[in-house]
Amino acid sequence: MSSLFRDDVANLARLARIEMSEEELVSLSNEFTVILDAVARVQEVAGADVEPTSHPLPLRNVFRSDVVIPSLTPDEALSGAPAQEESRFRVPQILGEEA
Amino acid sequence: MIHLSAAQMVAKLANGETTSVALTQAHLERINTVDADVHAFLFVDNEGALKQAAEVDAKRAAGEKLAPLAGVPLALKDVMTQKGIPTTAGSKILEGWRPPYDSTVVAKLKANNIVILGKTNMDEFAMGSSTENSAYGPTHNPWDLTRIPGGSGGGSSAALAAFEAPLAIGTDTGGSIRQPAAVTGTVGVKPTYGAVSRYGLIAFSSSLDQAGPCARTVLDAALLHEAIAGHDPKDSTSINAPVPQVVAAAKSGDVKGMKIGVVKELNGDGYQSGVRTRFEESLELLAAAGAEIVEVSAPNFEYALAAYYLIAPSECSSNLARFDAMRYGLRIGDVDGASAESVMNLTREIGFGREVKRRIILGTYALSSGYYDAYYGSAQKVRTLITQDFNRAFEKCDVMVSPTCPTTAFKIGEKSNDPIAMYLNDIATIPVNMAGIGGMSLPAGLAPEDGLPVGFQIMAPAMQDQRMYLVGAALEAALLTKWGAPLLSQAPALAGK
Repeated sequence: MSSLFRDDVANLARLARIEMSEEELVSLSNEFTVILDAVARVQEVAGADVEPTSHPLPLRNVFRSDVVIPSLTPDEALSGAPAQEESRFRVPQILGEEA
Repeated sequence: MIHLSAAQMVAKLANGETTSVALTQAHLERINTVDADVHAFLFVDNEGALKQAAEVDAKRAAGEKLAPLAGVPLALKDVMTQKGIPTTAGSKILEGWRPPYDSTVVAKLKANNIVILGKTNMDEFAMGSSTENSAYGPTHNPWDLTRIPGGSGGGSSAALAAFEAPLAIGTDTGGSIRQPAAVTGTVGVKPTYGAVSRYGLIAFSSSLDQAGPCARTVLDAALLHEAIAGHDPKDSTSINAPVPQVVAAAKSGDVKGMKIGVVKELNGDGYQSGVRTRFEESLELLAAAGAEIVEVSAPNFEYALAAYYLIAPSECSSNLARFDAMRYGLRIGDVDGASAESVMNLTREIGFGREVKRRIILGTYALSSGYYDAYYGSAQKVRTLITQDFNRAFEKCDVMVSPTCPTTAFKIGEKSNDPIAMYLNDIATIPVNMAGIGGMSLPAGLAPEDGLPVGFQIMAPAMQDQRMYLVGAALEAALLTKWGAPLLSQAPALAGK
């Protein structure tokens, strides 16, 4: 029986950069007890002798020739920006005042 | 005119009986009449569609050589970027965003002069089986407006079933093309992974996502399949090989001597009786058409659902990190002195819906140190076992078949508070995505107990997509003979409109 507690969900939400209300933390942790039990079934057959598959195609590195091709103009790239300044994305403060 | 197949519309365009403008206008009028009830569309591009239609009519008048589907209208799932057209993936976090570029699928549609009517509703970021997870409200099944049209591509399937478009684009990560097709009595194909470019497809689970054609007939799906498939240097996982001859296969429908493998594990308990009745009947019709029916076993399929609900959330927790409120999309809480991190946290709280958050958290957990091997690692091993099951079965048969879904369309709201019950819808469709092979759903008739459509699923080995079309065309022809008219002529909810 696996379970996730409210504090575990709070930590995961912090890692995933999602603010969560107390109500949401509690209800998600309740749901996860059920969901984790269901998905933990994979452990029944995943023996040490089975190779993992990460992707359906057996691809190695895929290269293209190193030639310049048309790309978005600065205006196009900025067209969806929530805020911009001097042809750049304007973003909120990343480092603290003290840094 | 809107009740014709795309292939029939093509014939009328070619002999001058109609024009693309007239066809497009007829579909826009239909959308205007029924979409308040169905809610298949999130955005209707009246002006753009008519302009595109006028262009193709002019080309035809000038005697230009046109692509097979030139002038036929299409509905585009809102997960595909189209330059300048609102694209939301069913999420609030992208509300109002107009992409600065075309996805490769859209570029190919435009190159084929296929007219794009608008963007169709979907579960947010394609996470769901009912379209109830759309941030913009659910889509209603044209067979019964109180029921779900499937998901995540419920807008595309409902648009087809309501005759709002003869063609649509879907994407299929765990069944999002095939399950909506099944519950709306339409045709949906998930091609082999890598057959259709993912460039401009807003990513959910990159190793599983695959775009494909949705239509009302097998031939229409094949025509659209050939229009959108092919190698794309912009997608490093795109297959660099010739596109299988699916149109020829759909026109032939010859299954004499083909071996059709019935998957023992995808039937029986948990499958609605009417679903089983229609499935058995389809097998009899295929046998009568000259196919040999054999039984095959895939013992690891029972673990596919569990593996999927680890792999897809893991990949989505990474893919959806790009919605960070910095470069495009929603930004909340950007007040003086707010940190980038707090803006991200608030934006993602408001911008993402419940199911998306649930999966991001689950994926973050499955990938976290200390749990990685037990969850994500084990799921990857199950993926290997499922592929081995397919390989073994395909030694005994040319295609594998099953019901597409365990049940017919359920009521809107019926399963929305029970994630596990909702996930069970995809039990028969998920193995195909895990192995990266092709899968098709086509209508097998109505379940006697509720009068709702049942889907028949055909699975073919990678890069053998034409086999699905051979079998699909054979079954479709046999069923049409039996019914005397296409299944959708019986759809009741919109009669009289």
